[in-house]
Amino acid sequence: MLRKGIALAALGLAMLSAPAALAAGAAAPVKHVEYSFEGPFGKFDQAQLQRGYKVYREVCSACHSMTLMSFRNLGQKDGPFYDPKYPNPNDNPYVKSIAKDYQIKDIDSETGDVIERPGTSADRFPSPFPNEPAARASNGGALPPDLSVMAKARHHGPQYIYSLLTGYKEPPAGLKVGVGQHYNPYMAGDVTAAWSGPHDKVPPGGFIAMAPPLAAGQVTFDDGTKSTLEQEAKDVAAFLTWASEPKMQERKSFGFAAMIYLLIFAGLLYASYRKIWKNVAH
Amino acid sequence: MRPQTKGSFKVADTVVGANPDTHAAGDDPNRRDFIHIAAAVAAGGAVASLAWPFIDQMNPSGDTLALASVEFDLTKVELGQQVVIKWRGKPLFVRKRTGAEIAAAIKDDKADLRDPQTDEERHKPGKAEWLVVIGTCTHLGCVPTFGGGDFGGWFCPCHGSHYDTSGRIRKGPAPKNLAVPDYAFLSDTKVKVG
Amino acid sequence: MSGHSNYEPKTGIERWLDTRLPIVRLAYDSIIDFPTPKNLNYWWTFGGILAVCLGIQLVTGIVLAMHYVPHVDHAFASVERIMRDVNYGWLIRYMHANGASMFFIAVYIHMFRGLYYGSYKAPREVLWILGCVIYLLMMATAFMGYVLPWGQMSFHGAVVITNLFGALPIVGEAITTWLWGGFAVDNPTLNRFFSLHYLLPFMIAGVVGLHIWALHVPGNNNPTGVNVKSKEDTVPFHPYYTVKDGFAIVVFLILFASFVFYNPNALGHADNYIPANPLVTPAHIVPEWYFLPFYAILRAVPDKLGGVLLMFGAIAVMFVLPWLDTSKVRSMRYRPTAKLYFFIFLLACLILGYCGGQLPDDHVIPHLSTFTLIDADLNSFVWLSRFAALYYFAYFLVILPILGLTETPLPQPESISAPVLSHPANAPAGAAASPEKRG
Repeated sequence: MLRKGIALAALGLAMLSAPAALAAGAAAPVKHVEYSFEGPFGKFDQAQLQRGYKVYREVCSACHSMTLMSFRNLGQKDGPFYDPKYPNPNDNPYVKSIAKDYQIKDIDSETGDVIERPGTSADRFPSPFPNEPAARASNGGALPPDLSVMAKARHHGPQYIYSLLTGYKEPPAGLKVGVGQHYNPYMAGDVTAAWSGPHDKVPPGGFIAMAPPLAAGQVTFDDGTKSTLEQEAKDVAAFLTWASEPKMQERKSFGFAAMIYLLIFAGLLYASYRKIWKNVAH
Repeated sequence: MRPQTKGSFKVADTVVGANPDTHAAGDDPNRRDFIHIAAAVAAGGAVASLAWPFIDQMNPSGDTLALASVEFDLTKVELGQQVVIKWRGKPLFVRKRTGAEIAAAIKDDKADLRDPQTDEERHKPGKAEWLVVIGTCTHLGCVPTFGGGDFGGWFCPCHGSHYDTSGRIRKGPAPKNLAVPDYAFLSDTKVKVG
Repeated sequence: MSGHSNYEPKTGIERWLDTRLPIVRLAYDSIIDFPTPKNLNYWWTFGGILAVCLGIQLVTGIVLAMHYVPHVDHAFASVERIMRDVNYGWLIRYMHANGASMFFIAVYIHMFRGLYYGSYKAPREVLWILGCVIYLLMMATAFMGYVLPWGQMSFHGAVVITNLFGALPIVGEAITTWLWGGFAVDNPTLNRFFSLHYLLPFMIAGVVGLHIWALHVPGNNNPTGVNVKSKEDTVPFHPYYTVKDGFAIVVFLILFASFVFYNPNALGHADNYIPANPLVTPAHIVPEWYFLPFYAILRAVPDKLGGVLLMFGAIAVMFVLPWLDTSKVRSMRYRPTAKLYFFIFLLACLILGYCGGQLPDDHVIPHLSTFTLIDADLNSFVWLSRFAALYYFAYFLVILPILGLTETPLPQPESISAPVLSHPANAPAGAAASPEKRG
C-alpha cells in the first residue's frame, strides 16, 4: 500500500513538474555541457571559478551588474579564492587586493562630499551604470540584466548561459533582424513576426540586444588554460552558477548526512513498528 | 462514544497471550525494548541536530560580520578632542589626549582601582596620546559623555558612573573599565579597529 | 474528548493539576489512550504528516520573518541575503518553500483518502467542513507567501489573483483597489500580504485544533467504513499509531529532504529569481503546481465572471459534499461502481492540473488539428480542461447523488474485526479459530 502510494505521488509530481520544463518558450533546447557541480555529490571546480571570475570581470562586468555579490564572497568557502588559511574571507589578502583595485563611491563622513575610495572586502561589486536609465541609454535602450542569480533565473541555468554565449549565429534567410538586435536560437522569445519564410519553419529562439560578447583568446587565463570561446563560456557559466547559489556545496553535504540519518531512522521505526504490531491482526 | 472498561493497555496484553509465537511470550510491546529505545533516541537526535541551524540563524550573518572592522583616519582628530565613530553598531571613542590628561591618568595608576589597569596597558606602545575605547558604559550600556564626572574623563548620565582620562571606572555602579577594542595602527595616521 | 477517560493521575502534582487544568488528561485521552480502529492503512498517516508539515512551516516561517524585509525595494535582496549570509538561511528558506509544496501533496492525498473512504459522511460532516476551511486557509496563505520574495512570478501572480475579484459586478473594482491599497500591486500590497501571511498559519493551527476535536468525538473512520462495534475493533493510539505515523512521517521527510537538498528549485519557477518588474509580464505565467487544477477551471470558461465563479464553485462544492452523496455505505471498497467513478475523478483532477500548466490553445496531441468547436480547436488544452471540469462538477452534483440511490453495494462486514480475521493473509495461524480473541 505504501509503495503504491509513493509511486502514485512520484507519478503525480512528474506530471506536475512537466509544465515547468515546457515553459521555456520557443527557444532551442540547450546544449549539453557537463559541469563538476552537477549531481548529488557535485563540487565546484575552484580553478574554473577563478577563470570564470576573470571572464566576468574583464568582459561581462562592463555592462552587467552583480549587486548581490560582495568581494568577500570570492574568498568564502567553496568560492573562487577561498584559502583555508583565512576562514574569515574578509582577511583573505587576495580578495582584499581585488577589492582595492576598484574605486567605490562613498560619502566623506566630515564634508558630506561624494568621494571615491579604494574598495574593501565588505564592498559590493560596483555596478557599471549608476541607474537603470543610464544603463539603457548606454545599451541602445536595452537593460543588461543583473547577473547575481542568473543561473537560477533561467531553466537549466548553466547550460543556458553556455548555449547563449556560444550560440550566436547568422540569422537564417527570411529572418529580418532589427537594428541593434542579434539573432540567437537559445534566447527566449518568438521571432514569428520577423519571419517571412514558411509558417511551419519559424526558426527557434529570439532576438537579443547583446552582441556576441566572447571570442576565442579574449581573456588570458592565468592557469594556462587555452581560452577558446567554449572554454570561456563554460567557465563564466560555472562562475555565475556559483554566484547564484554559493551555498550549494554546503547544502549537498548537509543533505547527504541528513538523508543517511533519515534512512537509518526510518529503518529503526519500521523495526519498532513491526515489533509493536506483530501480534495484532489488521 | 461507547463505554470503555478498564485501560486499553489491557487489550494489548490479551493480544500477546493469544499469540502462538513463543518468542513473543511475555513481551511488553509498549516499552523497554532496544529497538523502541533506539527509535526514540533517533527521533531525539533528529530534533536536536536540526535545532542548531534554527539557533545559529540568529547569530551575526555573513554580511554583518563583514562590516565588523573599520579603518579610521586619525588626522581628523584635533588634540584634546574625540571623534565618535560607529563600529559594530556601537559608538567608538577615538580620543587624542593632551599631555595633562595623560599625566593625570599615569598619576592614578597606583590609585585604588576597581578594575586595576595601568594607563600603559590601555594604549598602544608609544602612542599614549591615542586612546581608543568602546563608548558604552560597562554598567548597562548607555553612552557616557566626556568632560563630566569627578575624574576628568567620562560620566555616564544613566546611573552615574565616573571614568577617568584613561577610561577606567572610578566611581559609580559600573564594574569594568571602558573596553579597549582590538585595533592596530596601519600607519601613523591610520588605525584599523576589529 | 470521547466523554470517558481512563487517565489516572499518578503523582501528587498530576492530581493537583488535574483538578485545576486537566491538560495532561486531555493529552492522555487524545494521543495515548485514544481508541483507534486497528485496520487503518498508510493513507491514514497523512493526518500526522500534515501536523508535521504545519509545524515545519510555522517554525521556519517565524525564523524567516526575523530576516525578511517586506518592502518592494528590499524584499528580493533580503530573501537572497537569507540564502547567502544568514547562518543556515539557505536551509531554512528551502525548507519553507518546498515545505509548502509538501504540505499540499499531503493535503491532497488526505482529501482523496477522505473522498474514497467516505470520511465526510455522518457523523463526520463537521470534521470534513473544518478540513475544507483549513484547505481554503492554506491556499490563501500559500498564495500570499509566494508573493513575498517579490520576483516576477510573485508580482504577476499577485496581479492576476487580485484581479479575479475585479470580476464581481459593481463592487469588483472597489474590492481590488482595497486589496491593493493603491492603484496596482505595490508596496502596501506586499506589506499587508506579509502581515496576513504571518497571521493565517495561526488561524490554520486553531482550525486544526477544532478539526482534531471533531475527529475525536466520533472517532476515526476506517478502510471498511463500518462503525467501531467493540473494543475488539480498536487499539490504543499509543504506541500502535504513534509508531506507524512516525514511520510514515520519516518516509515522507525523506521525500521532503530530497527536494530541499538536491532539487530545491524544481517545484518553483525560474522566473521568480528575476526581481519583480511591473512593466514586463513573463511569457508564460502559471501559478504554483498546487493551484493548477483551479487555474485550468478558471481558464476553461471564456467569460471572466463565469470563470471566477466556477473556480470558487469548485471549492465551494466540497463544503456541501456530505449532503450530496446519498449512499449510506461509506467506503468505496464496497461500492464497485462508485470506485470506478472515483478513479475517473482522480484522473480528471490530474488532467486539470496538467492543463493548468499548459498554454490553453496548444494541442494536446501534437501536430494534430481537428476542427474548431465554438472558440478553440477540439484538440486543445482548453477543451480538455472543459471536459475534465465538467466531470469534476458532475462527480459531485450528479454522479454521487444518483449513484447512492441506484447502485447495489457489496455486502459490508459485520465489524472491523470480522474481515480482519477472515483475511487469510493477515490472520496468524490459529487466531482465526478463536474470534473472541484479537489474534
